[in-house]
Amino acid sequence: MAGMNMISAAQRFHAYANPARFMALSARLLMPLAALTALLTGAGLWFALAASPPDYQQGETVRIMYVHVPSAWLAMMGYGVMAVASAVALIFRHPLADVCAKSAAPIGAAFTFLALLTGSLWGAPMWGTWWEWGDARLVSMLVLFFLYLGYMALWATIEEPVRAARAAAVLALVGSINLPVIRYSVVWWNTLHQPASVFRMDGPTIAPSMLLPLGLMGAGFTLLFVTLLLVRMRAEILRRRVRNLRLAQAGGAGEV
Amino acid sequence: MAEFFHMGGYALFVWPAYGAALLVAVALIWQSIADYRAQARLVETLEKAAGGRVRRAAHRQSGEDPS
Repeated sequence: MAGMNMISAAQRFHAYANPARFMALSARLLMPLAALTALLTGAGLWFALAASPPDYQQGETVRIMYVHVPSAWLAMMGYGVMAVASAVALIFRHPLADVCAKSAAPIGAAFTFLALLTGSLWGAPMWGTWWEWGDARLVSMLVLFFLYLGYMALWATIEEPVRAARAAAVLALVGSINLPVIRYSVVWWNTLHQPASVFRMDGPTIAPSMLLPLGLMGAGFTLLFVTLLLVRMRAEILRRRVRNLRLAQAGGAGEV
Repeated sequence: MAEFFHMGGYALFVWPAYGAALLVAVALIWQSIADYRAQARLVETLEKAAGGRVRRAAHRQSGEDPS
């Protein structure tokens, strides 16, 4: 009986590994996801810009937090998705895994760029500086941005898809060492950037009136990430089909 | 309303942050959809040009059921 279950679980795994099944499932998910993204981000923006108080120390600049912090979360989550998908691609040869990793990279890079830019716009009035090379959180986020760029450059420069996927996956896995460095940078090197105030062992230390817009924007950004990831994975699957069709036309079906 | 846009004197920092987020989001969404549509058009053109035998082979290659 247990053996039977194992077989059906493996079959299910392969069923979802099938790109055609993925295309059908993602097509049904896209519109509801996009609608939910708009709803949560819209509500988040209302609370972030209008229906939340200014900070007693930082004044209205605290509103930058509602785009800065979710961007930084997604910058790291994007890399996490990329690293896990890369590991799955290397170990299990799951046919969708490197499609997922490749598609996550530009989205993660965009959020990392936003986290750096909005952080700079927040740092200028509050810290008195746009950038500080001595702060480990800032520098490790910049390293994350370059890891994303390097990952995308590998995909772009290696022609043969199987080799490109392996090289990019290895880079993604090696670079994942940077994720705990970012997370604990504010503890290990306590310089300019403040420590975590939401995801803490002892619970959030941030006021509920500010936690609400932050939570809504975080959820909205996460859904945007998922929606975009599905669209980009669909495009990537089609790109591979185009490649195969071209190879088939150029060399005859036998050579592909 | 003017007070809202003034952002307690920090308008030059708050609004560019939100503007950049909006720009990046719109650019990502636009580029992702444009790429998907371009690839979908290419598949359609190539499949029309190809015979059934070639199409089935290509589908087998990308791990899909020919349907």
